[in-house]
Amino acid sequence: MGHLRFTGLPEPDGATAAGSVIGRLDPRLRIVATLCFAVTVVGLSSLVALCLACAVSLAFLFLSRQPPWRTLRRVAMMDGFILFMLVLLPFTVPGEPAFELWGLTASREGVFRAVEIALTANAVILALMTLVGSMAPATLGHALHALRCPTTLIHLLMFTIRYIHVLQGEYLRLREAMKVRGFRPASNWHSYRSLGYLVGMMLVRAIDRAERILEAMKCRGFSGRLLLPHPFHLTAADAAFAVGLLAVCGGLLGFDSVWH
Amino acid sequence: MHIVDGALSSPVVIAGAVATAGGIAMGLRTLTLERIPTAGVLSAAFFVASLIHVPIGPSSVHLILNGLAGLLLGWAAFPALFVGLVLQAVFFGFGGLTVLGVNTFNIAMPAVLTGIIFGRLIASGSVVRGAVWAGIGGAFAIAATAGFVGLSLALTGEEYLPAVGFVFFAHIPVMVVEGILTAFAVLLVRQAKPELFAPGGVRP
Repeated sequence: MGHLRFTGLPEPDGATAAGSVIGRLDPRLRIVATLCFAVTVVGLSSLVALCLACAVSLAFLFLSRQPPWRTLRRVAMMDGFILFMLVLLPFTVPGEPAFELWGLTASREGVFRAVEIALTANAVILALMTLVGSMAPATLGHALHALRCPTTLIHLLMFTIRYIHVLQGEYLRLREAMKVRGFRPASNWHSYRSLGYLVGMMLVRAIDRAERILEAMKCRGFSGRLLLPHPFHLTAADAAFAVGLLAVCGGLLGFDSVWH
Repeated sequence: MHIVDGALSSPVVIAGAVATAGGIAMGLRTLTLERIPTAGVLSAAFFVASLIHVPIGPSSVHLILNGLAGLLLGWAAFPALFVGLVLQAVFFGFGGLTVLGVNTFNIAMPAVLTGIIFGRLIASGSVVRGAVWAGIGGAFAIAATAGFVGLSLALTGEEYLPAVGFVFFAHIPVMVVEGILTAFAVLLVRQAKPELFAPGGVRP
């Protein structure tokens, strides 16, 4: 308890899925495709269509060659967080009674609603993690810049990506220093004061570091223009993926309207 | 607390996205070239700090520190926390994509409010009094976040009302821990780097 549960943001420019089918697609296309897919899935209401959407996301996972168990474990962690909300729904949505538990009646509509939310959330987050999460964080920044996101926001994103690793190292060093002095976190005033000072120290050091970074950037004549090391190109494979994805989205929506 | 895709009604999702776009625009206006490194490094610092687990009783909570982010960043807390939530969703699978707007608003708006309400109170007066105000501010930010999360759910439908009560209840220990830690963090920052909280200081 109290340690950093942090399996790590991928290295800023460490490509994670370079050789896979999805890794070869244009990052801009992967972002736009994920948005289209997410909006489509959120709009679905039949459970069969939602199950198909989950299957499509699993196919993305397979095509992206992301480590499947690690990715699915993270999705399962999210499910853990929303579980309490989902188990309440059958008892709070009015409708036809489905079953009784400890004197409370669960409605069919409520059960459907809970399953619907769980399927939607899983399909979208899995598509996001496999289509976008499989690119290097710095590539995400470049692709968002190419998609006309505000330059200042991209600057901020790139700085954050770059310095999460540095500050994580700093945090672990400070934590180590506390540990060798016998600090063991518990629920007491001493622990809270020490951890508060730790946070404060991290912020002070972060700001000192930012001042040095700014000096270094000025010294090299930084003018606020972002340089893109990898200009993106759309290829035939991108076009095929785009057509395929549109067909899938259209199919899901069509299926949804027919089934309902 | 993160809300996931599919849980909220479309009007709530759209309102959240529009409000967040406005907040980010406000924040980006305050970020000149000179202030981007500070905001970026602080954004990374808050990302790392939010992964610290603090023991409380038999369990532990992870920090959010949005109150502290608002005190140090002002409106720039909006883009900074947005960036953090994007990275969390994309690489860790926390939260969702279509609900990014709502989730950002629920965390960043309390941050900005904390900065506006408590920033001056902390800067004026002694270091210890400032720390006490910072603690109240840190707890207020969590309470407001719980309030906004509850509001997002309540506006979606009546069926969520019991869950809203649960959200408030679950946030009480987080409020206490965040308040105490924010107070001590500000106490240290004001002693180590007093210009940060000085009136008209280097707030990015």
